[in-house]
Amino acid sequence: MATDTLEHDVHTDEKDGWDGAGQPFKASYGKLMMWYFLLSDAFTFSGFLIAYGAIRFSMPSWPVPDFVFQTFPFLGADKPLYFVTFMTFVLLFSSFTMVRAVQEGHQENKKGVVFWMLLTVIGGAGFLGCQAWEWNTLIQGEHMSVTINPFGTHTESGVYLSENGKPTDDTFQIGDSYLIHMNGASHGDDHATDDHGSDDHGAHAGHHYDGPGEYADASVDEKGYIHRKYKVTSGEDEGMVKSEAFGPNGFGALFFFITGFHGFHVLSGVIFLLIIMLNVMTGLYVERKNGYEMVEKIGLYWHFVDLVWVFVFLVFYLL
Amino acid sequence: MGHLTYQESKSLATKTIIILAVITISEVIFALYGKGHLLEGHSLPGWLIGGVMIAMSIVKAYLIIYEFMHMKYEVPGLVRTVILPTLLLVWAIIAFFWEGSTWQGRRDRIRNANEKEITTAKTGMVFEEYTKQNAF
Repeated sequence: MATDTLEHDVHTDEKDGWDGAGQPFKASYGKLMMWYFLLSDAFTFSGFLIAYGAIRFSMPSWPVPDFVFQTFPFLGADKPLYFVTFMTFVLLFSSFTMVRAVQEGHQENKKGVVFWMLLTVIGGAGFLGCQAWEWNTLIQGEHMSVTINPFGTHTESGVYLSENGKPTDDTFQIGDSYLIHMNGASHGDDHATDDHGSDDHGAHAGHHYDGPGEYADASVDEKGYIHRKYKVTSGEDEGMVKSEAFGPNGFGALFFFITGFHGFHVLSGVIFLLIIMLNVMTGLYVERKNGYEMVEKIGLYWHFVDLVWVFVFLVFYLL
Repeated sequence: MGHLTYQESKSLATKTIIILAVITISEVIFALYGKGHLLEGHSLPGWLIGGVMIAMSIVKAYLIIYEFMHMKYEVPGLVRTVILPTLLLVWAIIAFFWEGSTWQGRRDRIRNANEKEITTAKTGMVFEEYTKQNAF
């Protein structure tokens, strides 16, 4: 710590952004303000995640993440959480390359800083690409929107009905998940959405109805969602015929808004990383001789984006 | 940075990222095992899965903030001004989750009160007409 103080004192007069003689908390103005910005941003994200938790707690059922997030590019469905784990690793390792860039900065090694920052930019862009694929799968393949959530959970046991209205051998238990398909949607493409519920209604995927209306085995709504009909075999409603309802409405809005807000942070991070990397290349920070402090500041921001993902990953995918 | 040499901080960063990777992998394996996706018929109670997962995430957050963001090497005053305000979140989490559970309780009560007048069910829409026509 002693050497640290000495090092700073050398250029306190002009380089650190403070007007006075001393440095509060032995940190430069920029670094300290970055910390406080991140603190306020942490509260913003906490607000969103706590809202997610409160709404989830208020619902009798909630889409099961292992069922919702189970597709993987080229491998199809039934790969629970594989893809999001991959995304997490991409972001985690871009955080590591950022640490390396900052360390090379302390060594005043320009080439090293550029190399590791470039890897960080690639990692960030890769993460955004993964997120784009995930969103596309949910919107195009599984027809989830901000207001419509086709992922539901059964709260009763039952048996699905056949085309002539008789019970089939296709049964389900309390807690089983279902996905409400879209009438006329193409199934069997590389989104592999038809496999999505292969265990409980794969046979039904790709079934076409003439249009909205009531059918013996399903009810097709105005937007084309197929609500399969089933006979309840447990609980107080035993014997009744019902059709699959949409899952909790808030899910789509919460998912798109929170992961979108995080993705926007990643996007701005990538842009700032690029700008600062270009500044490094032009030798701007060599002239400042402050150990590439700007790299340190964008590093703080980048690690924060990774930190937020730890909690988004926890609440949306793991719990 | 601080009292660490270049070589020391380099190997520390490598060590940290390996620990973070191992924790992430264990989290996913634990989540999948706990929910019965890995071994047929093996699962764990929800509170245990949740508790372990939250604990692991907090360890990850600690490593990212204290090692990657160098919080460990800042002066105590700076650490306090950043960490102490986040303690407010502890109460926010308790209060809002409590509130969420209350909303659910109220919804249940309203539904039970209305059950005799309107034909609804826990999930799903009821097709009374249809049931009448096709008595099983």
